[in-house]
Amino acid sequence: MTTKVLAGLTVQVNEEGFLLNPAEWTREIAAEIARQEGLPELTDAHWKVIDFCRANASDTGKSPTLRAITNGTGLTTKELFALFPKGPAKKVARIAGLGKPEGCV
Amino acid sequence: MNNGNNRHIAFICSKGNLDMAYPALVMGWAALGNGIDVTIFFTFWGMDMINKARVDHLEIPPVGNASMKMNMMGVPGYLGIPQFAGILPGMTPFATKLMNDKLKALGVPTVREYLQMLVDAGAKLYACKMSVDMFGLKQEDFVDGVLGIVTAGDFMDMTEGAQIIFI
Repeated sequence: MTTKVLAGLTVQVNEEGFLLNPAEWTREIAAEIARQEGLPELTDAHWKVIDFCRANASDTGKSPTLRAITNGTGLTTKELFALFPKGPAKKVARIAGLGKPEGCV
Repeated sequence: MNNGNNRHIAFICSKGNLDMAYPALVMGWAALGNGIDVTIFFTFWGMDMINKARVDHLEIPPVGNASMKMNMMGVPGYLGIPQFAGILPGMTPFATKLMNDKLKALGVPTVREYLQMLVDAGAKLYACKMSVDMFGLKQEDFVDGVLGIVTAGDFMDMTEGAQIIFI
């Protein structure tokens, strides 16, 4: 376990850069991680995904899979991959301050 | 084709049984979710997965499958299905229904739906030229998203530097 300074706050992260404690997450932290992931600006559509993931994870205790995200937000697979190109699974979870998604679908 | 230095995985799907359709779909989807390029080449019986007339009717026969035990049907222990019972009419649809129900209960998409998800996420699908000729198929027999019918040589060019998984 290591700590990292994101958006002026010190947070705990694992070796893959996922926040260990979702409670330490802020919207500013999300924006900063997004920039590091190559997304300069988070649009409303991005936030819709992030907010869904946060809510879903707080209900289920785990990070939603991509299929859970498309089913839950109404976005298509194409739209989700366009919003978070090159590997949305980890990217979304990292930005939303959650762990790696569990489950295969 | 390897886009830059991105990791690339190519799957060769050669089987048309229901249980053999899923490995490439599950792994391909995981790869795309992790930002890995995916190419899938369908050959021989694997072409049933992309054949419009066949994709919704893939089956699993209980005959000759030593791992299919009756505990899938709720019978405790690992009792086998007697081979002679497996050849009875209706056993293949029965085993197929059982597996489809289990997959559905887990929220696993159908093969047709899964293929569409992979295509939408950027996977490239191709049919094998020799198999297409052998089975008398045409491009229009395939589901949307199959980019073309290619030779084994084309496949070698497309998968330069890729990791290849044969199923």
